[in-house]
Amino acid sequence: MLDTTEGYTTEDGRKIGGVVMEMKNITLRFGGVVAIKDISFDIREGEIRAIIGPNGAGKSSMLNVISGFYHPQEGEVWYKGEKRPVMKPYQVARQGIARTFQNIALFEGMTVLDNVMTGRIRQMKAGLFAQSIWKGKAEQEETENREFVEKIIDFLEIQHIRKTPVGRLPYGLKKRVELARALAAEPSILLLDEPMAGMNVEEKEDMSRFVLDVNDEFGTTTVLIEHDMGVVMDLSDRVVVMDYGQKIGDGTPDEVRNNQAVIDAYLGVSHD
Amino acid sequence: MIYRESGDFSTTYQQDSQTFPIRFDRYRYYVVLVIAFAIVPFVINDYWVNAVFLPFLIYSIAAIGLNILVGYCGQVSLGTGGFMAVGAYACYKLMTGFPDINIFFHIIISGGITAAVCVLFGLPSLRIKGFYLAVATLAAQFFLVWLFNRVGWFYNYSASGQINAPERLVFGVPVTGAETAPWAAYLFCLVFTVVCALAARNMTRGMQGRQWMAIRDMDIAAEIIGVNPLKAKLSAFAVSGFFVGLSGALFFAVYLGAVEVGEVFGINKSFLVLFMVIIGGLGSIFGSFAGAAFLVLLPVFLKNVLVGGMGWPTDLVEHLQFMIVGAMIIVFLILEPHGLAQLWRVAKEKLRLWPFPH
Repeated sequence: MLDTTEGYTTEDGRKIGGVVMEMKNITLRFGGVVAIKDISFDIREGEIRAIIGPNGAGKSSMLNVISGFYHPQEGEVWYKGEKRPVMKPYQVARQGIARTFQNIALFEGMTVLDNVMTGRIRQMKAGLFAQSIWKGKAEQEETENREFVEKIIDFLEIQHIRKTPVGRLPYGLKKRVELARALAAEPSILLLDEPMAGMNVEEKEDMSRFVLDVNDEFGTTTVLIEHDMGVVMDLSDRVVVMDYGQKIGDGTPDEVRNNQAVIDAYLGVSHD
Repeated sequence: MIYRESGDFSTTYQQDSQTFPIRFDRYRYYVVLVIAFAIVPFVINDYWVNAVFLPFLIYSIAAIGLNILVGYCGQVSLGTGGFMAVGAYACYKLMTGFPDINIFFHIIISGGITAAVCVLFGLPSLRIKGFYLAVATLAAQFFLVWLFNRVGWFYNYSASGQINAPERLVFGVPVTGAETAPWAAYLFCLVFTVVCALAARNMTRGMQGRQWMAIRDMDIAAEIIGVNPLKAKLSAFAVSGFFVGLSGALFFAVYLGAVEVGEVFGINKSFLVLFMVIIGGLGSIFGSFAGAAFLVLLPVFLKNVLVGGMGWPTDLVEHLQFMIVGAMIIVFLILEPHGLAQLWRVAKEKLRLWPFPH
């Protein structure tokens, strides 16, 4: 078991900090269906935390709980040492939790640049009146944030499509733009819901590289849902395994790989 | 050949985010402004002002307002006529209640009052979308017209039920009332139109516009990345209401001078402004102008050519006009939802390569 209070250093020398978010006994029900049953785990600063499990295990529901979209009936979410009250999704976002979606949720009518700039909403504070005048505060703010956004755009190698409306882009690039939008918020926790779904090997390699680079460069804490086991085992520092709404494993990729319950869940054992 | 960005490099982010990134566009825009302010007032006569310029300028403001709501924020509204009536009646009450204050401020405050009313009727947008919201705003349209018809306080208990704009001066020159010179009315409206267009453009190119468009394109994703849907939607209603209110006040005070609410600000007005936005181009400030110009000029054009030039009967031409507008709406909705503004954009793309397309 890992130490629960102090950080540690990974094999490749990255520093992992203390616990930044902790889920305590989360239970989420939709009517009679129990989507998540009494799950607890923590997320440490700077780590890549994966949530895996077969289809319908409740992974995306878990992510939706973290991003404030679902409110669990039982359990508590602790963020940066404080219990989080029931919040609207936009309030959660403003606390520094950014996410991408399983099916891309970009703003199709806007350009790539505008999409990524929208991610900066947390940092841009000029009021309606200041914006209608533009000169002065609004313009200055726009320029400062544009600089940061351009850094992200460079980083994800999407400079050439900056001014293209998102609706015209192919799938792989859209995924990348969505990641850029989430990164633009300078999140303290980045939630990625199946970032590699529907990609070919090359695109997956690119995306994996970006996820690692982001973590390296900005030290962003990342929570990742992914079905490709190879990717998960290579990228993540620790893995939570879910099945039928329950947590059946939690630990480093190696620990999880050798966990009998996990093997059963993936290979299929009759539940009786 | 003359229209291209070659040799026009943005070296700062300010330059890149300006309204007209291409130099030729920018100069053309300055030229238009100079002509509008310095030349047109000296050459126009009463006919041009009342038939073309005033309706164009005033409808442009209304169309910009509605475009912010429908085109940028994606909230359909059929209450424009009613909200224009709020602007008109607010302006009337202010003009008669506080005759010492400059009409300029009356009109601004009328816009503010309309914004508040518009926000009130925008509250259902937090729960309902699309057609259902359109019906809710339709309720605003009928309720407001009924209110101004029935409650005598709004028209100062005048026997006719009409409201009449008293004479008011700006810098000693009358801009409302019977004594108004054409150029004064024109300039007064022009100032409002230009300032509104600039403000609208600034809001829509900045963070506020991005929030509105985010709500329009995908409201759930917008909320998850931190857009407060309540604030974004209601601010769109407020800004839209402000512009529509201004246009209503100008329409009453400067353009018509006397208004009977059911006739002037009925449901037809709502549709007219909505058509301007659709034909001009949803989500484009330029499109608002184009749509307003088109629907203001079309009747004038038809009347002059067909009635004046070819001697057709007036009623026939009027019906022809309905048919043309109806057909245009259908054609634009099916073929070019982004309207005249998009056609203009495509033309510019082509012009960049002209005369060597390959």
